[in-house]
Amino acid sequence: MGIDPVTVIAALIVASTPILLAAIGEMVVEKTGVLNLGVEGMMVTGAVMGFVTTVETGSPTLGFVAGMASGMALSLIFGLLTQLLLSNQVATGLALTLFGLGLSALLGVGYPGATLPPVADPFPAAMADIPVLGPILFGHSLVTYLSVVLVAAVWFVLGFTRTGLIIRAVGENHDAAHALGYKVIRIRLMAIMFGGACAGLGGAFLSIVRVQNWVDGMTAGAGWIALALVVFASWKPWRVLLGAYLFGGITALQLRLQAAGISIPVEILSMSPYVITILVLVIMSSDRSRAALNAPAALGKVFHATG
Amino acid sequence: MLTLEKRPTPSRGWTLATPVLAVVLTMIAGGLMFALLGKNPVEAIRIIFWDPVFNTQFASYTRPQLLVKAGPLILIAIGLSLGFRAGIWNIGAEGQYIMGAIAGAGFGLAFYPSDSPLIFPGMIVAGALGGWAWAMIPAILKTRFRTNEILVSLLLVYVAEKILASAATKFLRNPEGHGFPGSRNLARIDSMNNPELISGTGMHWGVVLAFIAVIAAYVLLNRHLLGYQIKLAGQAPRAARFAGVNPNRLVVMCLGASGALAGLAGLFEVTGPAGQISIDFNVGYGFTAIIVAFLGRLHPIGILLAGLIMALTYIGGELAQLMLQIPAPAIQAFQGMLLFFLLALDVLSNYRIRIKSEGVA
Repeated sequence: MGIDPVTVIAALIVASTPILLAAIGEMVVEKTGVLNLGVEGMMVTGAVMGFVTTVETGSPTLGFVAGMASGMALSLIFGLLTQLLLSNQVATGLALTLFGLGLSALLGVGYPGATLPPVADPFPAAMADIPVLGPILFGHSLVTYLSVVLVAAVWFVLGFTRTGLIIRAVGENHDAAHALGYKVIRIRLMAIMFGGACAGLGGAFLSIVRVQNWVDGMTAGAGWIALALVVFASWKPWRVLLGAYLFGGITALQLRLQAAGISIPVEILSMSPYVITILVLVIMSSDRSRAALNAPAALGKVFHATG
Repeated sequence: MLTLEKRPTPSRGWTLATPVLAVVLTMIAGGLMFALLGKNPVEAIRIIFWDPVFNTQFASYTRPQLLVKAGPLILIAIGLSLGFRAGIWNIGAEGQYIMGAIAGAGFGLAFYPSDSPLIFPGMIVAGALGGWAWAMIPAILKTRFRTNEILVSLLLVYVAEKILASAATKFLRNPEGHGFPGSRNLARIDSMNNPELISGTGMHWGVVLAFIAVIAAYVLLNRHLLGYQIKLAGQAPRAARFAGVNPNRLVVMCLGASGALAGLAGLFEVTGPAGQISIDFNVGYGFTAIIVAFLGRLHPIGILLAGLIMALTYIGGELAQLMLQIPAPAIQAFQGMLLFFLLALDVLSNYRIRIKSEGVA
């Protein structure tokens, strides 16, 4: 059985949308100097809330909104703990992931296998039928296009607006930003909530569009891969997009290879996205100058205004 | 307006009080969660925290389970706490636990059906080495390439789970198992069995080792230069470097020790309570141990107590599932909540809360 490049490319775009959304959100969070390791927990909660809402209301749009809202709600817990109660960001992020995995499994009891209404495509079917270009460019759900628009928006805001300048200032040196009169904590809380909404939307996309089902722990490390992507992208928006499509490509390709019954063992193929993520991390971090130059200088540090 | 004022040193009283307070707050919040699920909250909390130890009907069955569940949690958490103290974040203990079990079981099964008394000790060594080797991957990548050990150790959990699936269905599958997945039952092979040492207590070699690990960690942290260096590196990394602490050596030591202990926990589990390598052999001890380490304040004695409490929530959770039909994941959310409360309350030990009027600089 052959592998059709057009279907692989179309599949890779679908496969990468959840991690792209989560990663671009986390990138903004890290740009303000906060490391939220709870992406996996927010994604999986977004996935279950999106799925359950869609099943109950029959509206995928409401499902996406619910996914975003639940991701945002969880991120707010993280925000309150790390920003107002000054807790350790690594430990709090881990707690968020552990809590999110438990909470999502609890909320999703009884839902696996429920049938979903179809998600409407924004383009007419005739356009998706255009050979080659159709399935790649016009065959996706609105959220996929939104994710690309979001990357462009983040790129523009961070690089060319006053808001972006403030965000970067807070992430590079929170004490200096505070001295200039910027509300460090408020800015960080807003970024954290934006990140939560993105991760929740990514999760909802995963359950509503990509898998069209709810399975316990269905994100299977996608949140962690999103975190790795931010490092891979050196905190640059378009590289996040490139990285997400690269990983989506690996995922889509290995699934096709499994289906095609190629002679590589299934275990090797299914562990490949994780192994390749690690290899990429190694390559990116071994370049000392690049890693040190791009990481926000205040990343992961506790901000406590004195006086 | 409330403001926070940093304490010169963490308050000793609050450091001891916050875990207790966190458990109480979790009970209240958990009770609310159970009430939302339509269950009687008081009854649910009683079943989770009281009945496993004191119920007249079934406590004789559930009490031994306390040590069975606490053993691996304590063993893993002790290892993790060393790294956490030094700012080295091994969060992939679940993977090291799996690899220890596979390496140990593989060593034993390679000699099947020999009944040499050396096999079990050999399996213990292999289990420790399996976990150690798996933890050395993030350690070496960290020391050689400065790769983030958090992401690498976590991603390796997923890789280990794939290897576990392969072990259960392919290379360690019981050849006499009629094609069902899963290895031979090691607990039923005399030379590989990790038995209950004192009948009715749940005490097995893994629990004994967990107690030894608590004592060893206590001695290491309070009496040994390495323990001092670990604490120093966590509290003042720059000062530690000036004092001649080699950060790379600490990474290798801390990740290696936690990996080996997690591997041992896996080995004792697979030869005792679990009995065999199966696809769903791991039940999340490696992740829960992170909560145990924090609940125990990264202190050996604290971890011992925290391990017992978390074991209680596991057993109580199973009971609550049986008796009140509370879904199993509720207990996982409950455990996550506990860590939230703990981290939130930490502010009390590190800061003083002062009331300050607005406008005063």
